[in-house]
Amino acid sequence: MIYEGKKRIWSEFQKEIPDDGYFYARSCIRQNFNPGAEQAFLDIVRNRFGKDFYENPLHTTCGGIAYHSDTTPEETSMTIIARQFSLMQEAGYENFVVSCVTSFGLHTEILQTWEEFPEVEAKIHQMLWDACRREFVKPRFLVHASDIMFKYRYLVSENAVRPLINIKTGKPLRVVEHIGCHYSKMFPSKSVGGAEYPYVLSGLVEALGGEIVDYPERRHCCGFGFRQYLVRANRGYSLSNTYKKFESMQPFMPDMIITNCPGCNYFLDRWQYVIAETTGKTYGDTPGYGIPVLSYEEVAALVLGYDPWDIGLQMHQVAVEPLLDKMGVEYDRAAKYRGKGGKDLGKPESPVNIKCY
Amino acid sequence: MQDYRLKEGLKACINCGTCTAVCPAAEFYRYNPKNIVNIVQSRDDDRILELLKSDMIWYCGECMSCVTRCPRTNAPGMVIIALRSLSVELGYFVESEKGRQQYALAKVLCGNILNYGYCVHPETFKYASHPEYGTVGKWIEEHLEDVYDRVGANYRGDGPGPLRKIAQESLDDLKRIFDVTGATARVDRIKALSLEKAKEMGLSEEEYFDKVFNKTECNHLNN
Repeated sequence: MIYEGKKRIWSEFQKEIPDDGYFYARSCIRQNFNPGAEQAFLDIVRNRFGKDFYENPLHTTCGGIAYHSDTTPEETSMTIIARQFSLMQEAGYENFVVSCVTSFGLHTEILQTWEEFPEVEAKIHQMLWDACRREFVKPRFLVHASDIMFKYRYLVSENAVRPLINIKTGKPLRVVEHIGCHYSKMFPSKSVGGAEYPYVLSGLVEALGGEIVDYPERRHCCGFGFRQYLVRANRGYSLSNTYKKFESMQPFMPDMIITNCPGCNYFLDRWQYVIAETTGKTYGDTPGYGIPVLSYEEVAALVLGYDPWDIGLQMHQVAVEPLLDKMGVEYDRAAKYRGKGGKDLGKPESPVNIKCY
Repeated sequence: MQDYRLKEGLKACINCGTCTAVCPAAEFYRYNPKNIVNIVQSRDDDRILELLKSDMIWYCGECMSCVTRCPRTNAPGMVIIALRSLSVELGYFVESEKGRQQYALAKVLCGNILNYGYCVHPETFKYASHPEYGTVGKWIEEHLEDVYDRVGANYRGDGPGPLRKIAQESLDDLKRIFDVTGATARVDRIKALSLEKAKEMGLSEEEYFDKVFNKTECNHLNN
């Protein structure tokens, strides 16, 4: 083996991720459905690891969902993103981290377009000036928040309170990793591991003691499809794609699914509920429950010892308790659906075929 | 043909069909991205026009799985985006059932961006129209402020945080960006042509929204 040659080939699958100093942009979907995950991320990087992650309240959506639903021209998202870059520059940052995978893909696409069509970038400078009287500088580094958790994976494992090990068997937990399509399928060189060997979640899971499950439909889309979910008449598309993935992974009996895309997380969680309630079928190894679907922030937070209800795991439809029991997480079952200070908020109705608590 | 997404997305397709083999939409709908790329590549205006008026171009989920696999580094998904833009620009989207859905999408998504600063927002994402949100979703909706408060969100609050109130200054910027970049014109055009179509179909605005959002009338499925 020629070591240098191998090194050169694999260098195409590496990604340079700065250690510190980021402007943070929130996700439309994650902040709605799993706001605790974004808060856990910021708490881990800032307060556990002492890093500088800045959030300016003036930042907004990038408009990615509207763009991919073909309701706005790309120039609109380009100019909104240019405005975020302007806010970043104003605050003295050079590195931009995005919570959403659709948004990460769109930022990447836009930076690439500007690279190849400088006249488009010039047009956006003018549009931003005309609209907001702002100027912008492109970030030196653009990363997805899962890149950050991958970068810090050994920091997480060094501080692990509950690694991804089944405390009853002593064996690694079996984890399905689902990478959002727009993380690496469009611009593989901008991701950790590329589209063929995406390592951003596998690397994190392995560092935390878990074992990755390979299965035939591992790289199949979750089925979001933008308009294919957002319009009610189209949702069969979304459900069918998720169903295909679950049928493919079930023989491997995963203990959990980890995602980096907020949309994928929602669909892999909620469609399990729909499949169970319409067909009676549940997946995973615990009868009557499903396979818990967690994001990289939620997994890292659990491993670091955060309380599952502080990070918002009660907002998932599929019960996380079977996973917590396997990991040996101590939790207050009765506190799951309580509000701040123990306020009684009742609890969700129990579905017929799949337990949520 | 001037769209840079066409320039980037289509360099001499060899019709191998790899895009169709890997496409989640092709498995579900009567859809074949290879054929679409073939028609665009033919530069046959009549066939392209037919495409712009059809359901076909609206089946793609824009997952871009085709981009990774194309041996010619083409991007059929990007070609689709360019065709959809053209269909809206030329007003052909109202000629197909799936195209008419643009009315609901533009109304909800662009409304959310301009009113709340984000594409998705609890004020408009409701369990009633999203029953798959589940029993937990229903419970969240019934206790919205308490649940968000419990998990550290800053719902409708000042300062940073998830679901914070977006300052008027930012919303004004978004509106001006919409005006300057053509989004306002596109949304207005979608609305005007949709209402014209609604009239032609004998439907009120509300009935038209309900129809395009909830109803499927043609057989689109690949079975």
